[in-house]
Amino acid sequence: MTLKIDEKIDVKEILKDLESYRPKRRGWTWRKKNPALKMGPFTYKNCSEPLKNSVPLPSAKYFGDIDPQPDYIITTEIASGRFEDDIRRMRMAAWHGADHIMVIRTAGQSHFDGLIEGTPQGIGGIPITRKQVRAQRKALDMIEEEVGRPINYHSYISGVAGPEIAVMYAEEGVNGAHQDPQYNVLYRNINMIRSFVDAAEAKRNMVWADIAQIDGAHNANATAREAWKVMPELMVQHALNSIYSVKVGMKKENICLSTVPPTAPPAPCLALDLPYAVALRDVFKEYKMRAQMNTKYMESSTREATVTHVLNLMISRLTRADIQSTITPDEGRNVPWHIYNMEAVDTAKQALVGMDSLMDMVELKNEGFLRDKARELKERAVLFMEEVLEAGGYFNAVEEGFFVDSGYYPERNGDGIVRKIDGGIGVGTVYERDEDYCAPVTAHFGYNNVAQYDPSAVEEPSKLIGGGTYEKPEKIIFIDELDETDNVNVRLEETKALRETTEIKPEVEWTGDGYVMMNLFMPASRRVAEFAALEMAKKMNLEDVEIIHKEIMHPSEGTRIELKGKVPFTIDTAALVIPPEPSIMSEEEIREDIAAKPLKIVAGTVGEDEHSVGLREIIDIKHGGIEKYGIECHYLGTSVAIEKLVDAAIELNADAILASTIISHDDIHYKNMKRIHELAIEKGIRDRIMILCGGTQVSPEIAVQQGVDAGFGRGSKGVHVATFLVERRREMSNEN
Amino acid sequence: MVIYALSDVVKTNLEVSSMKRADDFQQRRQHLINLSDEELEQRFWQLAEKIVNPMIDMAKKHTTPSIERSVLLRMGFSSIEARAIVDGVIARGLMGKGAGNVVYKLATAKNLEIRAAGLKLVEGELWDEAVALCQGGAK
Repeated sequence: MTLKIDEKIDVKEILKDLESYRPKRRGWTWRKKNPALKMGPFTYKNCSEPLKNSVPLPSAKYFGDIDPQPDYIITTEIASGRFEDDIRRMRMAAWHGADHIMVIRTAGQSHFDGLIEGTPQGIGGIPITRKQVRAQRKALDMIEEEVGRPINYHSYISGVAGPEIAVMYAEEGVNGAHQDPQYNVLYRNINMIRSFVDAAEAKRNMVWADIAQIDGAHNANATAREAWKVMPELMVQHALNSIYSVKVGMKKENICLSTVPPTAPPAPCLALDLPYAVALRDVFKEYKMRAQMNTKYMESSTREATVTHVLNLMISRLTRADIQSTITPDEGRNVPWHIYNMEAVDTAKQALVGMDSLMDMVELKNEGFLRDKARELKERAVLFMEEVLEAGGYFNAVEEGFFVDSGYYPERNGDGIVRKIDGGIGVGTVYERDEDYCAPVTAHFGYNNVAQYDPSAVEEPSKLIGGGTYEKPEKIIFIDELDETDNVNVRLEETKALRETTEIKPEVEWTGDGYVMMNLFMPASRRVAEFAALEMAKKMNLEDVEIIHKEIMHPSEGTRIELKGKVPFTIDTAALVIPPEPSIMSEEEIREDIAAKPLKIVAGTVGEDEHSVGLREIIDIKHGGIEKYGIECHYLGTSVAIEKLVDAAIELNADAILASTIISHDDIHYKNMKRIHELAIEKGIRDRIMILCGGTQVSPEIAVQQGVDAGFGRGSKGVHVATFLVERRREMSNEN
Repeated sequence: MVIYALSDVVKTNLEVSSMKRADDFQQRRQHLINLSDEELEQRFWQLAEKIVNPMIDMAKKHTTPSIERSVLLRMGFSSIEARAIVDGVIARGLMGKGAGNVVYKLATAKNLEIRAAGLKLVEGELWDEAVALCQGGAK
């Protein structure tokens, strides 16, 4: 099964024969860097191989539609609670430039002692099950073919079922995972002994499957009251998980530090964040950096979040990142919507490409504030670990509340998280291995008495059982569904009409959720604006209306409001009257036609209007304008009186008038079009002349209603105009 | 993702330390002042290793229900079957042997396929034989 660009991905097709699906490959894949990538007129130094299919940045049309891909992997986090809807979002994200798709788990899964099966709906994430993982990996196997770049699929190996989840991921071709026992201990209250013992086994299986690991240290700055003060501790948390992983056998290039610039404006964030970023990269030279964006100081303004995130991206460029994670700018107000995943990916792509070659021009100072601060952070981290050892080791330190204290270590504020060695979920479930303990499988960590059965199998314990699932994937047992009411088939049935008919509804995260967002300015104080906006949305027949953002423009003059609500109806796309897109002739066809029968136009920007760029782009040979087809152009300039334009057409015996109408205030552009048409009638030339009007605010349909032959809106190019001229002239010669 | 991860963190009932201390960085750092950056970084990694070494040793010598279920998954059992077997192994005090080992011993002794032996245990059969085989110690 391969994807077709003009067809939606079919979830039912993905679910078919899933029980026998095997992933294409295993392990993490980095981008293929190209230190001298040529695209359009530019050479990039910090980019990677381009995609086969993609959606470039909106402004790419000015640069020949190029879509340079930065050197860093770009992550997007997708999990709406319904994996089948997430698959569509993954495809869109891949087209925008994401090649690391991270799936968030449903709330509470980390306390579930075992694997969950089937496809139940989740909250704030999906329940990670074999079926959902397999379905998503299968979809991504197709999507990566479509975009032409491997996509890394990622979720979490945390909680009390770490080893089982790790094995399932290894079997199913998952490429990256969060794994950090400290996260379980500090934030999930899972017993610390259990957590570390489990972690070793989980990591050993990640090693076998070449799964890249991301740690959980960044959670400390999301939790601590003053996030920047935990920087010394963050370095310690990174170090402990990293070295623990190395000792289990993980290669350093698969160990990625999850690091977040801890502050955001109005704090002078670079002064705090940059020394930390430098210190971290100094100490962890051999490890990979997964640069995450700040969430701690995110409010409901998507604009504010985006600016903070761009500053975060600058830190990445000024130092180093291997994986650039993205936070959707709406995460401060809801579970991320489709469009904001695309925005976040585009923000990363845009900023990173924009900062290409930056470090060829600037460098970080080698002395002074930056280095002094970095040194101080390293020393504070060293002191932290010295005290951990003095306290009797990690477990005692956790019991004494060393971690997530909001003091700037060695300062202590007495608000660190305390966990007991004999407390937490899973306490008392750790068992000592006997002398004859054995596990006849691959990728088992620690003591394993295989020799008691077969000394030749010591290096390959699964030989005892004729190979396990890692050697013989056909041994994997696939469970389909366990819950008859909570599964994907039930959900797909509910949205069947929207998938299988021509009815359509807007959505933000799920098929048919019906949500729309409205942006408005209310000339009123905040509270009044809020309630007036709610009332207004209700009068517009929106349901479940909710204010999602408000911002004071002035205490009394007005308030900006963003709200969401559901539309209670569908639209039948089959009943729509959609005007055809402008046709384009081949360059040769236009040229031949003009060569056989020369064509002459007069052009100008009409009215009191000094805009000249748009029309010149349509005409000028340098911009691919109509001159290049051999059309004879007489450009009269800007602020041309309509009479003058029509008179010039008569005098030159032109075939067409091209009028540019940029200013649209009070519909003056349409009024001008009408006048050109009427004047041409008065002067008796209307039946032999073509009138074409263009401008950024021009709607082709409304232009034609004014009596002119054609209107050209935003995005029109010389070839559209030339095609129209040739086609319309043919029609006219048939009419006459 | 941070926000959702934290939403269900039970910070309210969290026990917190009462240890308070002013920032005495300047006094504490005296022994580090003369270290070069490289020496400081070396010290950083030595300390980190020292902290994790006993934990790695502990991990080598212990097992958990999740580890044993993960072994059974790799032996070709479903998550549901793995749970049933490990629950039985815990109930009979056999975790020190390893759940995979219990199945392996049973399969060998009864001349059954690994999967067939495990499924017997899932159905509650052959547990007495399994216990007897394990109490016999190493083969």
